[in-house]
Amino acid sequence: MAKRKVLIGYPIKDEIMEYVKKHCDLVPMDYTKAITYDDIYEKIDDVEGAVVLITPIDKKLLERGKKLKVVSNITVGYNNFDIDAMKEAGVIGTHSPGILDDTVADFVMGLLIATARRITELNSFVKGGRWKKVENNHLMGLDVSGTKVGIIGMGRIGEEVARRCSLGFKMEVSYYNRSRKEGAEKELGISYKPMDELLAESDFVVLLTPLTDQTHHLMGEREFSLMKENAILINASRGPVVDEKALIGALKEKKIAGAGLDVYEKEPMDEDNPLLQMDNVVLSPHIAAGTQRTYDNLAWNAARCMVRILEGEEPINVIPEMKG
Amino acid sequence: MKRPKVFIANEIPKAAEEYIGQHCDYIMWDFSKRKTFQGIVDNIGDVDGILEVGMKIDRDLLKHAPSLKVVSNISVGYNNYNLQDMKAMGVLGTNTPGVLDNTVADLILGLIISAGRRIVEADADTKAGNWKKGEMDKFFGKDIHHSTLGIVGMGRIGEAVAKRAKGFDMDIIYHNRTRKEDAEKRLGARYMDMDQVLQNADFLVVMTPLTDETHHLIGEGELKKMKKEAFLINASRGPVVDEVALIKALEEGWIAGAGLDVYEKEPVDANNPLLQMKNVVTLPHIGSATRKTRDEMAMVAARAIVEVLEKGDSACIVPELRKS
Repeated sequence: MAKRKVLIGYPIKDEIMEYVKKHCDLVPMDYTKAITYDDIYEKIDDVEGAVVLITPIDKKLLERGKKLKVVSNITVGYNNFDIDAMKEAGVIGTHSPGILDDTVADFVMGLLIATARRITELNSFVKGGRWKKVENNHLMGLDVSGTKVGIIGMGRIGEEVARRCSLGFKMEVSYYNRSRKEGAEKELGISYKPMDELLAESDFVVLLTPLTDQTHHLMGEREFSLMKENAILINASRGPVVDEKALIGALKEKKIAGAGLDVYEKEPMDEDNPLLQMDNVVLSPHIAAGTQRTYDNLAWNAARCMVRILEGEEPINVIPEMKG
Repeated sequence: MKRPKVFIANEIPKAAEEYIGQHCDYIMWDFSKRKTFQGIVDNIGDVDGILEVGMKIDRDLLKHAPSLKVVSNISVGYNNYNLQDMKAMGVLGTNTPGVLDNTVADLILGLIISAGRRIVEADADTKAGNWKKGEMDKFFGKDIHHSTLGIVGMGRIGEAVAKRAKGFDMDIIYHNRTRKEDAEKRLGARYMDMDQVLQNADFLVVMTPLTDETHHLIGEGELKKMKKEAFLINASRGPVVDEVALIKALEEGWIAGAGLDVYEKEPVDANNPLLQMKNVVTLPHIGSATRKTRDEMAMVAARAIVEVLEKGDSACIVPELRKS
């Protein structure tokens, strides 16, 4: 019997490719250059399963990919899925929850400390040969330990961030979430606050919500005006959760002290994005989950999710909207 | 009774200056001028106390200050004190332990994450407009969570670092002149000999004071024992690390990178090869540099100098100069 055709839309390590090849017929792709939506579109027509990173799975692609049964996202976020269109086409979507939580939480803490203590700015200061005298009153940063952090979106990653903040840094942690998390409240000593209150009281506001219609531009002009002038915004969720224009305005008008960002409304960023010019902003190119070990674990999960479904086994890590 | 006279050699917050003024007469260096040895000598002929940061206190200076009773360092390190000369000439020295532990420990975690997860490198690259699609692995870094933290020098700051590392589920090993069994219990840290710490650490944090014994504690031999994928973090004192050896280790790939807040010479020379290295985070000695902590340190130092001048004793007198 001919094996089922599958496609892997992002380079993953050989060991995982071999695993997929054992079970399926892998469509060859040129992994030496960046694979685009068009590359995938071109090859999707008789493919039954696909592993993708952030490729949009939309109507156009699904119409061509008539045999598709499953698309497995390497990452945990799946706003690249047009869920309604996938449901209609009978395509199951899977993702990779639980694997990158620690790695992302580590990075969130890194962004938070780097922004507060001006690590990127001062590294450039030293490397640019501008450190000329020992007095450093002009190089002061903001304290992290003992301050208040407000986490918006208390899922698994939020809990890991909360644990790091409260355990080691003795920060007072509050959170806002659609639903109360009483288990986490008890276990981590954190408290629920209405969003406006959280914004008004926090020294650090950390965004960790998924991107949905409800969270699109959750942080806008009004929200920034509620924040403290010496507060810092950290976003490692999805770019459009923040109205980037409003954020740029708030930073320019010094309504907030700084920001640590891993995600943006447009990725890669435009070169004329004003954020690129700001010393009090730490920018990273969507790498919060970016360690080799975590990426390999995510890719393993996506490959297994796809193969299981194609072989008729009990599906795992199906996105919540398609469960039951 | 005649009020004692104090020379304030560094800029201090208003509150600390006022406190000194309530108890002593004082003169202050003209901070628009560059500090010179002769300039300092001209100010200390009749003073009872000096409040300073990092000023070399030895016989050459002390012989110009016949009525000097106490020098107060606005820092926790006091390697600027020539303890023998001070003892011989009957001058006491104080420092500011305790108040800066959390602020320094915060920065050390910032250095660990910034170096391990390549935050400064990613920020500089993004700001230069170099972010392109499909290069997700460009900034793959090293996981912090569940890695091994090696601490050399387990004093108060070492413990504060270990406490934070626990929130990241790091495995904590340490070496110290004396074992700290209560810290082991509280923090789950394990004592090892120096070689074992060097060989096992993913992140090696040097936290010893600078003394004759710790000068160049980390040299070629030590760096060679470290893992290739390990990072060296130094926020204690520059000369604890043999900088020439460190540069060699980084150039030849004995270790993966470094996070540095201190150097053998400060400010760093513009031609120091460390300034060219992307895998090295270079900060301008800002371990304790937050407004709140610097204000507290200055107050502690001001109180210490007044205590010694009024009562002849203070809990802040450094151990080597305490009357037994």
